[in-house]
Amino acid sequence: MALLDVRDLTVEFPTRRGLLRAIDNVSFSIETGEILGVVGESGAGKSLTGASIIGLLDPPGRIVGGQILLDGKRIDNLSPERMRAVRGKQIGAIFQDPLTTLDPLASIGSQLTETIQTHLRLSDREARERAIKWLEEVGIPGARARIDAYPHEFSGGMRQRVVIALALCAEPRLVVADEPTTALDVSIQAQIIELLKRLAREHGMSVMLITHDMGVIAETADRVAVMYAGRIVEIGPVMDVVRHPKHPYSEGLMGSIPSLEHRVERLRQIDGAMPRLNAIPVGCPYNPRCPKVFDRCRVERPNLLDAGATQSACWLYDKVPAHV
Amino acid sequence: MSDVLEAAHVSRYFDVSKPWLQRVLTGGRRAVLRAVDDVSFAIPKATTLSLVGESGCGKSTVARLAVGLYEPTAGSIRFEGQPLSAARAQASLRRRMNMIFQDPYASLNPRWRVRDIVAEPLRAFKILNSPREITARVGELLTQVGLSPADGEKFPHEFSGGQRQRVSIARALSSTPDFLVCDEPTSALDVSVQAQILNLMRDLQQRLGLTYLFISHNLAVVRHMSDRLGVMYLGRIVEIGPGEDVFRTPRHPYTRLLLDAIPDLEMVGKPRTPVGGEVPSPLAPPPGCPFHPRCPLANDRCRVERPDYTVARDTLVACHAVEEGRS
Repeated sequence: MALLDVRDLTVEFPTRRGLLRAIDNVSFSIETGEILGVVGESGAGKSLTGASIIGLLDPPGRIVGGQILLDGKRIDNLSPERMRAVRGKQIGAIFQDPLTTLDPLASIGSQLTETIQTHLRLSDREARERAIKWLEEVGIPGARARIDAYPHEFSGGMRQRVVIALALCAEPRLVVADEPTTALDVSIQAQIIELLKRLAREHGMSVMLITHDMGVIAETADRVAVMYAGRIVEIGPVMDVVRHPKHPYSEGLMGSIPSLEHRVERLRQIDGAMPRLNAIPVGCPYNPRCPKVFDRCRVERPNLLDAGATQSACWLYDKVPAHV
Repeated sequence: MSDVLEAAHVSRYFDVSKPWLQRVLTGGRRAVLRAVDDVSFAIPKATTLSLVGESGCGKSTVARLAVGLYEPTAGSIRFEGQPLSAARAQASLRRRMNMIFQDPYASLNPRWRVRDIVAEPLRAFKILNSPREITARVGELLTQVGLSPADGEKFPHEFSGGQRQRVSIARALSSTPDFLVCDEPTSALDVSVQAQILNLMRDLQQRLGLTYLFISHNLAVVRHMSDRLGVMYLGRIVEIGPGEDVFRTPRHPYTRLLLDAIPDLEMVGKPRTPVGGEVPSPLAPPPGCPFHPRCPLANDRCRVERPDYTVARDTLVACHAVEEGRS
């Protein structure tokens, strides 16, 4: 059984001009010890999917359909108190900006021990020892000496390590990491990715890695889900999605990334922009920008269909011809 | 080919000391930040020089120096053979350089219509006077960057990030400049939109013969754009040469580290060896070669003596290990 199972998740935001559907019928699962990458451009709904899973969806956004199951138990309908116990103990969260995640007025030691003692029955001394152990684990030199330091005394890369320690110190089974390396420089980014991969492997954790950077996903994830306008348009093993994308959007996305290996005269570009949530086209949401569009795409919405190694929400892969 | 911009031994320091009274009371010293330290480069006409580096390496300061927004503390910058300060004083030369900024949300006035934003340089430099000519020129500029003349009636908030960056480019082109400084022009954009903007910038360069100084932290973007490439670290250019050479045979250990560190689509499943350490504070740069604390090739000489440039084919490298053949 998969550790996390998301079924037909739908999230809506009521606004003055009507309901905006930000996530539309999203289904996927993450196995124990697996790293699932979620990639997409801004506004695709990847962060909202993550926020729904950790139960931190900002009101007035709400889940209006579907289920989220962790280890076979529903977590999308828990009370805020019970969800708080799940968060931290079973699901850890890492966000983009380490400065806003950490409390600037508390030493990192007290933040870590507080988190540890909330979820595990440990004495003050035991909790402190555990905090030091985790700081060492995430590669902070001189952890014992620096545990009473404040967040501003650390550099950006070190702060993100503290945030990772904070997310992992209660040993959750699933970690939702939302753009964990976006605020960091490339050489630091490489260190943090390596750290996340190692910890996931050693502790058997599952990771949902949300990022707009396809390179980070290519290097880290086992499987990847590509999101567009609130839907998953393609999901499959990372190698297949990167090398042989099946959905025309994933194909365009991969082609538009400049490569370090070889230089091309022109980058492949996808014309236009992702539709706004109040103007999602009928049929396939990608149809106005799609080079392979045909009649059916403009009227009927495709669900995920088997397309070789991956699943792709595209009528090109429908084996049953449409009966128009 | 003549050089459009030439920078010779340019430095820019910032005084970041505490206020005088506080220094007297607490016995603090003056603190000087060497944002750019002895940097030299030249950009031939109709080519692109890119500068890459991590945050705090001084690349944006170089961008501002190149258009005269900062005065250099030492060294000289020449625009088309004339000192930059003299060129800035003449409207006829000043209109021939312009800048495109990173954030298209902050660099456009939200209360102005796009046609006024694009027309501002035309009016400021008195290039065109009659309203009819201005309207025609604005329409032409908007078409050139892939928008429609009717978009001139809209306000910036009605556009997406990529379209706003197109407006910035139209504004930068309106005074018919030859030289554009682009400071991270696509960092705020999504990849598919980034590809549109990069393609547009290359098309415009070919059509109008523009010269670019292109600043970015993204090596893949830089590789796509540049003829020549300079790698900056702690205020210095550590390696500069033809883009293809630097990418194929990176010589400076820092350039190699950067190229190694970047996650790339080709990297699927490949292990890598991340280099430890972080960029030191530019307020207290290490003595000798600034990269020595993180460098796998550092020896005693690197810790005390600052390396000069070694010429390797068309590339200049500031590294003792390269000079001694230890790399």
